[in-house]
Amino acid sequence: MELANIEELVEKYLDATTTLQEEATLKKYFTGDNVAIHLQEYTSLFNYFAIAKEEQFKKTINLATKKSKKRNSPWFSAAAAVALLVGLFFGKQQYDENEQRKEAQRIYVQVSKGLTLLSSNLKKGEQAVAVLYAYENTINKKLK
Amino acid sequence: MKQADFLKVVLPFKDKVFRLAKRLLVSTEEAEDATQELLFKLWKSKEKIASYKNVEAFAMTMTKNYCYDRLKSKQANNLTLVHSNYKENETSLDKKLEYQDSVNQVHLLIEKLPEHQKIIIQLRDIEQYDFEEICIMVDMKPTAVRVALSRARKKIREQLTKNHNYGVS
Repeated sequence: MELANIEELVEKYLDATTTLQEEATLKKYFTGDNVAIHLQEYTSLFNYFAIAKEEQFKKTINLATKKSKKRNSPWFSAAAAVALLVGLFFGKQQYDENEQRKEAQRIYVQVSKGLTLLSSNLKKGEQAVAVLYAYENTINKKLK
Repeated sequence: MKQADFLKVVLPFKDKVFRLAKRLLVSTEEAEDATQELLFKLWKSKEKIASYKNVEAFAMTMTKNYCYDRLKSKQANNLTLVHSNYKENETSLDKKLEYQDSVNQVHLLIEKLPEHQKIIIQLRDIEQYDFEEICIMVDMKPTAVRVALSRARKKIREQLTKNHNYGVS
């Protein structure tokens, strides 16, 4: 194709009035080897267009009912909130019960300690009294 | 519509959907997720699709809207800008090296364009749709499409010429 013709097409191209066919002509010219020096800057443009068209979507298309994360997320968060509330509620109950039990145990231990102390002291008193009786008995025997 | 029929309809343009998504979302992973999601959406509305004349145009419009939503949503705020690697299997190595820089440069220049110009450049210069189809896809008047396209092309040309003259290319 003549250079004058190409120049004309380039002008039309910049005004966006070229047809697809004319653009194909330009593409062919600029991706070829004989580009006029004063039009060199267009080669990278048309080469880019050619290369960019070759990029492909390589992943396999998945049409099975699938995650679609975005749509589910409000339900997920609602469920999570409910679960959290329920958890807190029951957790609190459990905690309270547990605390009560601990308190009761503590009191039980204290009371039983006090009682043991009391009983051991009582025993001591009893022994002392027994000793006293034994003493008195012996004395009485001797005096008779 | 059976799954096989659906795939027959969808396969010819799935790459176009992916490329448009990537143009707008930049990252390859994001674009892959978007494509997957869009194809799934199409599959779910397969009853409706059967009655459409131009499923492809419909899919491209959906892609555009979906990507806009993604860009607007908070999730997209932590999008990473990834440098894209172009796989050229056909060009020879020396040619590839020669192109790499200037070609990447075009990519970056397009990235800097406003969203609607990006889409139109993508649809016209890369996917080669005709103007009628583009008008349907982007929901714009033909003159508006031409103006946007012309502006985008001139802006890219201007930058390229500048770099070329500085010998930076």
